[in-house]
Amino acid sequence: MEDLRYLDDVSTLVLDEEKCIGCSLCTEVCPQAVFEMRQNKAHIVDFNACMECGACVNNCPSQAISVSPGVG
Amino acid sequence: MDNTPSQKGLKISTSGVNLMSSMEEITSNCSTEPSNPMADYEKPGYKLCSYVDKFIKTDAGFIPVIKPELGKDDLFSSFYVRCGINRYKYTVAPGLYAIGEPDKNCEVLVTANFKLTFDHLRKELTNINAWILVLDTKGINVWCAAGKGTFSTRELVKRIKDTSIEKVVDHKRVIVPQLGATGISARDVKKQSGFRVIYGPIRANDIPAFLKNNKKAHKKMRRVTFDLYERFILTPVEVQIVLKPALITALILFVISGFGPGIFSFSMAWERGIVSFWALAAGIFSGAFVTPVLLPFIPSREFALKGIITGSIFAILVMIIMSSAISGLAEFLAIFLFSVTISSFLAMNFTGTTPFTSPSGVEKEMKRYIPVQLVCLVISSGLWIYSAF
Repeated sequence: MEDLRYLDDVSTLVLDEEKCIGCSLCTEVCPQAVFEMRQNKAHIVDFNACMECGACVNNCPSQAISVSPGVG
Repeated sequence: MDNTPSQKGLKISTSGVNLMSSMEEITSNCSTEPSNPMADYEKPGYKLCSYVDKFIKTDAGFIPVIKPELGKDDLFSSFYVRCGINRYKYTVAPGLYAIGEPDKNCEVLVTANFKLTFDHLRKELTNINAWILVLDTKGINVWCAAGKGTFSTRELVKRIKDTSIEKVVDHKRVIVPQLGATGISARDVKKQSGFRVIYGPIRANDIPAFLKNNKKAHKKMRRVTFDLYERFILTPVEVQIVLKPALITALILFVISGFGPGIFSFSMAWERGIVSFWALAAGIFSGAFVTPVLLPFIPSREFALKGIITGSIFAILVMIIMSSAISGLAEFLAIFLFSVTISSFLAMNFTGTTPFTSPSGVEKEMKRYIPVQLVCLVISSGLWIYSAF
């Protein structure tokens, strides 16, 4: 979403690159292209685009990602 | 494949048929010649869904084959649902369907049982042979249902088992729309059902290209969009959900408008009530329609502030148009504050509809703006009553 951005620095997204096994599923499920693969590891390339939908968290096989929004 | 199930052994799948609400609709037909080819599938007390073309026989029973074309009734009901009429009852029966002439090697596309979603998917599948597995999402679209937990690992695994897909296809994979990932864990589905989840594109119209491209999605297929049309089509529901509270607000406005030197005056309630009614209407139009449609063109990232900006323009317009009926600074200020506050609140409400706002961001915005909106509302009511004296 290049032309529509929401508030910066609010997302609760955390990626533990140590735990990443490089499956790249997060880059597939994220609807905002927050992740990119670099040297077989996932990297957060657009943190502020994260809308905390939890798709990456659900599908990460090594629990390397977390989001913890409030009740919303 | 035998397309005409014998009358006696007819085992109609529960998907594709609806229980008829009334038996009166069955008319006796004296003619012995069948007038329509679908007569073979008729069953007392049931009515075939208009989107079902025929049934095909599989090792898991008869499966309804659906049409990729939308009929007039589909389009009419889509229109009603877009206006918010009966939108939570607009469903199709969960279960397995077919489209085209699928065989045991064809893909299984998973979707939600919101009829708008179902129609949206099938109209993109002209000339495609596939199986369609409809999950019970209680009439909610894929993304929202995934967020609410009805489009889930549990439901997908349950449907895979209930429909005996392993007898229908020779492979062990299902294609789940990418936005369903919020409710699905591919790993758990595999563990619990043996089926591998492949995440398909976000939009149904990318499915043909996705299938042709060996089930690989381009980057573009993986990003949500929210263009002018996508925003516009959502606004009737935005307006519809505020109609009831708006009506109550309007009644309160007429009552408040009647307070004055003679305690209460009906003529004043009417004259001033009309002015405040237009302030309310302008606020709704600005906050629930104009701000959503023009979203990226309005400055600020905070929706509440966007609503204030758009709302100010509409409030000023109302004040200009109604200027002969408004007198004094207090009255002008009351009208302005009220209209802008309504617009700001409804614009903020639209964060729940967009595909790019994070709950943490919305929380931050609400903590900041709800107190401001409340204070404005109180000041504006005070000024409105004060100005009558």
